[in-house]
Amino acid sequence: MLPFVGRRALTAIPTLFIVTLMVFAIQRSLPGDPALILAGEQQDPEVIAFIRERYRLDDPVPVQYLAWLGQLARGDLGRSLRTNERVLDLIGSKLPVTIELAVLSMLVALVIALPIGVLAAVRRGTAVDYGGTVLALTGLSVPNFWLGIMLILLVSVRLGWLPASGYVPLSEGVWENLRRMIMPAFVLGTGLAAVLMRQLRSSMLGVLRQDYVRTARAKGLRGAAVNVRHAARNALIPVVTILGLQLGALLSGAVLTEQVFTIPGFGKLVVDAVFNRDYAVVQGVVLVTATGYILINLLVDVAYAVLDPRIGAR
Amino acid sequence: MSVGAIPAAAAGASDAPALRPVGRPLRRLLRRPPAVVGALVVLAFVAVAALAPWLAPYDPAKPDFLAVRQAPSAAYPLGTDEIGRDVLSRTLFGARASLIAGVISVAIAVGVGVPLGLLSGYYRGALDELIMRVTDAVLSFPFLILAIALAAALGPSLTNAMIAIGIATTPTFVRLTRAQVLAVGAEDYVQAARALGASDARIIARHVFPNSFAPLLVQATLTIAQAVIAESALSFLGLGVQPPTPSWGGMLNTAKNFLVQAPWMAVFPGLSIFLTVLAFNLFGDGLRDALDPRDE
Repeated sequence: MLPFVGRRALTAIPTLFIVTLMVFAIQRSLPGDPALILAGEQQDPEVIAFIRERYRLDDPVPVQYLAWLGQLARGDLGRSLRTNERVLDLIGSKLPVTIELAVLSMLVALVIALPIGVLAAVRRGTAVDYGGTVLALTGLSVPNFWLGIMLILLVSVRLGWLPASGYVPLSEGVWENLRRMIMPAFVLGTGLAAVLMRQLRSSMLGVLRQDYVRTARAKGLRGAAVNVRHAARNALIPVVTILGLQLGALLSGAVLTEQVFTIPGFGKLVVDAVFNRDYAVVQGVVLVTATGYILINLLVDVAYAVLDPRIGAR
Repeated sequence: MSVGAIPAAAAGASDAPALRPVGRPLRRLLRRPPAVVGALVVLAFVAVAALAPWLAPYDPAKPDFLAVRQAPSAAYPLGTDEIGRDVLSRTLFGARASLIAGVISVAIAVGVGVPLGLLSGYYRGALDELIMRVTDAVLSFPFLILAIALAAALGPSLTNAMIAIGIATTPTFVRLTRAQVLAVGAEDYVQAARALGASDARIIARHVFPNSFAPLLVQATLTIAQAVIAESALSFLGLGVQPPTPSWGGMLNTAKNFLVQAPWMAVFPGLSIFLTVLAFNLFGDGLRDALDPRDE
């Protein structure tokens, strides 16, 4: 178990290293003088000289890269060219909004996918199964930003039930916050639900063929008890991994969802930064998301090894 | 298997020995109604994209300030947009950007990913380790964030959107090809070819690649579906096709500002994305089932 965790952690290190190299390469591939780009609209010679020195732009490229890595190691992601705020602070202030959206949409996805995925496998070949397949395929094929627009049209414009956009922090009222988050969470959750539904159905079909399920039935347990307590609990293990791997897709979806519903999160931050040519912010967001993705999947794999001792033994 | 149900073309193909590997999967594919519907819808969209100049009733880029935000009518079947352009004509022309982006970005991903996967799986060792770590690194960037970073660096355009989507989807093909090579490489016939003195290039070209082809074709089809959504997402954010060139994502970007006054602007471009993606997914799923010999 421990050697497995160690080996798994060791593969994360070169990946993280390559991520920093790629982010550095993208930044350096910007056309023009990096000092002028980083200075943004303040084309003051003093500012440019300061940037040139700070990022060691007169040194050879490998030295520049190492200097930048050193700053990263100290948690210094630079400052926004627009507002001069520290990029790390900026990300820190937007991240909770996106995390709330992501958590809510995972809940939505699980509420939709768990019962349908399990039922589709248990009642394989029936109308429930076909209905689930059609639903999953629709969820995979519908662009979530369009689904969001259509929901706004129906629920907000036509029916007037929920506000179309905006954000109220949790601290200013749970109800007001949820009223604005429920539609975005639903929109973001449907795509994930489709993926989970398919995964759960196929892993549930695998588990239902196992001997221990047959044993449970043979000793007289009723259908529902076997399906839930014996089969579904085991079928859920691979679903945990899928949740980790889908995190990137969830973040991509959040960028679009935040744009549609005007939610001031992480995704809105990076899109606005691109249009403001605020490269320091773009770079910081890219770096933080990639690092987060690697670390969370490392945790998922470790959790998986804890849940299923056979993995660690391999 | 009922022979009577086999369409003439497919049955004819299976008579010719050279075409036998294609004949059986094709027949199996034609027996799956969802896959056939998917293929027909894809073909219909391809036809629309190719024939857009002849099908479109109006110039898709020409504003008409006397016909701004008109609801669907006989003159404008899908209505007009905020500067009086015909939504039907723009939707028809929009098929071009989506299909071109879907196909070209996947061609980039296949063109880069398959050779890397072949090298990685066939030669193993340090090269394999390096390619896999770079693949992991690319996978760790959420696709849209990577595309946004590239668009910021390269500038927003359809070409750069396709490059970004191509790069982001390459790891799938590297990993899939590598896994196929590892599986095929262990087979007896590959060992036999090697024992007979066949060169690496010959083994890869004659044995490994042809046996990896089916899963790659399925993956490519399903990835086109994702790439079509991805292009429309980037255009929706303003990082793909630039106005006034019509694109479904770009049309939705404008439409979201006129939901109260002109809801029809938002319905049809989105529906077109949905149908195109659904069609590629149906076709890809059908292809996977048809090419999987275990189903026999």
